[in-house]
Amino acid sequence: MSNPHGTITGNRGLQLEEKLIFEQGVEGRCGVDLPDPPKVKSRMGGVERRGPIGLPGLSEPQAIRHYTRLSQKNFAIDAGMYPLGSCTMKHNPRLNEKAVRMPGLGDLHPMQPVSTVQGALALIDTLAHWLKTLTGMPAVAMSPAAGAQGELCGVMAIKAAHEAKGDHARKVILVPESAHGTNPATAAACGYAVEAIPANERGRVDLDAFKKELGPHVAGIMITNPNTCGLFENDIVEIGKAVHAAGGYFYCDGANFNAIVGRVRPGDLGIDCMHINLHKTFSTPHGGGGPGSGPVVLSAALAPYAPLPFVVHGPNGFRLVEEAKGEGAKTFGRLKAFHGQMGMFVRALAYMMSHGSDGMRQASEDAVLNANYVQARLGEVMTAPFPGPCMHEALFDDRFLNGSGVSTLDIAKALIDEGFHPMTMYFPLVVHGALLIEPTESETKETLDQFIAVMRGLAERAKKGDADFFHHAPRLTPRRRLDETLAARKPVLRWRPAPTERQAAE
Amino acid sequence: MRYLPHTDADRRAMLQAIGVPSIDSLFRDVPEAVRLKQSVDLPPQQGELEVERAIAGFAARNIGTSSAPSFLGAGAYRHHVPAAVDHLIQRGEFLTSYTPYQPEVSQGTLQYLFEFQTQVALLTGMDVANASMYDGASATAEAVMMANRVTRRERAVVSGNLHPHYREVVATHARYLGFAVDFLPPDPRANEDLAARIDDKTSCVVVQNPGFFGQVRDYTKLGEACHAKGALLIVVVNEIVSLGAVKPPGEMGADIVAGEGQSLGVALGYGGPYVGLFATRDRFVRQMPGRLCGQTVDADGQRGFVLTLSTREQHIRREKATSNICTNSGLCSLAFTIHLTLLGETGFTRLAALNHAKAAELADRLEKGAGVKVVNDSFFNEFTVSLNGKSAAEVAEKLAAKRILGGVPVSRLYPGRPELADLLLVAATETNTGEDMTALAAALKEAVR
Repeated sequence: MSNPHGTITGNRGLQLEEKLIFEQGVEGRCGVDLPDPPKVKSRMGGVERRGPIGLPGLSEPQAIRHYTRLSQKNFAIDAGMYPLGSCTMKHNPRLNEKAVRMPGLGDLHPMQPVSTVQGALALIDTLAHWLKTLTGMPAVAMSPAAGAQGELCGVMAIKAAHEAKGDHARKVILVPESAHGTNPATAAACGYAVEAIPANERGRVDLDAFKKELGPHVAGIMITNPNTCGLFENDIVEIGKAVHAAGGYFYCDGANFNAIVGRVRPGDLGIDCMHINLHKTFSTPHGGGGPGSGPVVLSAALAPYAPLPFVVHGPNGFRLVEEAKGEGAKTFGRLKAFHGQMGMFVRALAYMMSHGSDGMRQASEDAVLNANYVQARLGEVMTAPFPGPCMHEALFDDRFLNGSGVSTLDIAKALIDEGFHPMTMYFPLVVHGALLIEPTESETKETLDQFIAVMRGLAERAKKGDADFFHHAPRLTPRRRLDETLAARKPVLRWRPAPTERQAAE
Repeated sequence: MRYLPHTDADRRAMLQAIGVPSIDSLFRDVPEAVRLKQSVDLPPQQGELEVERAIAGFAARNIGTSSAPSFLGAGAYRHHVPAAVDHLIQRGEFLTSYTPYQPEVSQGTLQYLFEFQTQVALLTGMDVANASMYDGASATAEAVMMANRVTRRERAVVSGNLHPHYREVVATHARYLGFAVDFLPPDPRANEDLAARIDDKTSCVVVQNPGFFGQVRDYTKLGEACHAKGALLIVVVNEIVSLGAVKPPGEMGADIVAGEGQSLGVALGYGGPYVGLFATRDRFVRQMPGRLCGQTVDADGQRGFVLTLSTREQHIRREKATSNICTNSGLCSLAFTIHLTLLGETGFTRLAALNHAKAAELADRLEKGAGVKVVNDSFFNEFTVSLNGKSAAEVAEKLAAKRILGGVPVSRLYPGRPELADLLLVAATETNTGEDMTALAAALKEAVR
């Protein structure tokens, strides 16, 4: 088969081509040894599977090689700088992986009697205490499975609180245009209409215009702070007061909490609820897209409506409130099975205890320092849409590429060939051709200097009009640019045996 | 602090390059009144040894299922996970990568997602599966909401054999989106007549197989009844190993399968994170929630994979998205797919047969040796026993006092229903030994005497 590397195999040194498991399987091969099942009379009521499933058979060494080769086609934090704005790709300590696998944690069943899991409940309670202390909030709902489910939790609590007051007239949630897509999607999933919060020329909420949007029809607002442009909403306290005066609640999207941990308590800003992405701020691994974990801190006004279950202190140790009575009488319901993402709780607590109060404050400061360093050093060759210092991420627009024939996407793809993961592109939507760079506190000054040198080099090359170079990047990756239009137009979402092979077999 | 690389000299040099005198100047947009002057009141940083010791202290106060005979199920099952699985998922290239939005440097994640989707489709007998959801409960709720979109109807019928937590999650979403749900009462003997509840306003019927109480049913006729009225059949599977032995939902006419994949590769971990499974028919693909990985070609014409059909998703469609879901359960789907690759056809069907044999043996031994009654007329690896009027919750505590995790009292999930108070859910898997069963039978006999 022809291939771009001119090798017989299609391999390229250490980059090995790897077929699908379905193309490698051989009937009768197996990667586990299991005993022969004793012969018993089936008690499955005559509902047995009749035909084969079609799963491929691989030995253990084949399987290990398969996944090892696949892993080598991935960029990762462990491999290099991953400056994805808004995603917070910071170091993932391995202690946390060791902790979560300890016997007595990794092997607990969620439905064990609570008398046998007092340590687990104590751990959840301890993490809850740290989260409440860091945010300055009186309560926290631990169960949401991810940030987006945390958003559901918060907005559901808001709606429950209005309904408990007999107020059914509030049909609108206000969301800025710069918000993550999950914010409007969440509001809609809770039965609300979404209206936009106006922004000013400084990339923040326009306070006066915002106040005019408020009224008895507004259930609440969802505002990210620091916002998605990487800026602190400096009118945040007035925003909170205004929404409360209008009878609404303040949902804070905590995706960017990592910028201010130990420096600002969101509770002091007048918020009513905020989800915390443990996989961002507290470094539980992103795992190629999940699982996340999204505990939600709640104000006293919203706390009674928290979802089931939750941990409480009892006379004989910790208890779980699992039904809608007693302490749980006003709950809005349940969001997932069992008690929450315990594996992420263990990792996050290990991360927090390692840093301690002082280390977390230092981490926030270093994250902000790194972003401002990048912003300052790239300011001469790239264009920033908003003046002044940023928080944990530096935002640029694509004016510096005007007339070059090179796009934000092209810059990102060229960056890949230099050994860096691209920054976030085309988000937030309020900035044209956005490039959002979040270095995190994990990077050394030397790595940042190299990144800056690369970005300067690429910006200068683009300005010289070498568009062709950019349009063909990346050149050195396991795959070059992929045809996403084809993928969407003729979706192939699973493997099927090739028709020719099947016909040949018949 | 071992994770933070900057020296004070680095920090000074960087502040100078920025042109500000101190870190405080970078926080100048924070209103003065809310700036914390010092660290919050929490303990200071600690070394790795001290933190490990502290976490181990929490662990020591629990009884883990690997240190006691355990027969717990009810939606989470203890299986042996091959050592290779946990090794491979901890490779940094998998563990510390983000969602594969940059396909050129994410082919590893994308290819295993494509293989995962194929495996889930094969197991369930469906056309297509997504790249995973949070868990079985949220996948079930998403399935109901999808059925409402597909049928443009807003009335679901939910079996009394659906896991109570899954029922509660469906109820939560129904309350907020304003659709109706007809919840049938808990049904330990699987006698309910679901077909009678279907009318021309029904969007879907949700059943679980094997059911919450353990019964195995063929829902082919129910599927026909659904389709005759224009409704969809949703089949929930929360013990995925069962599909190595039980007729798959796709062969029963299911339109959507929602499932929990924890049994393959994923630690019990006190309830999460797990991996929700979601499969459907080709014609409904564009109404699916969650991420999808698809095949395509690159600029050199080589096969490659990308996330696709993202115009369904929140980051493109915002308030018009099919769901607010952003993440999938990436690393757990990796564990699932590696475990299933190691098993293959031979291993997976053998594992299922082994589980059924263990459960059949346990059912016999409990009926003969402990004097309790198996309620089910059929089961896979979990069944319900009736404890002769004794409180199952109290019996479970008595067993726990003897370090036996003997079963899940139904009353924990269905509180306040006296008719269910003496029912105990008991599961057996390949991990249970003959000695485990002997210990349970003896302890149970004493507890119900």
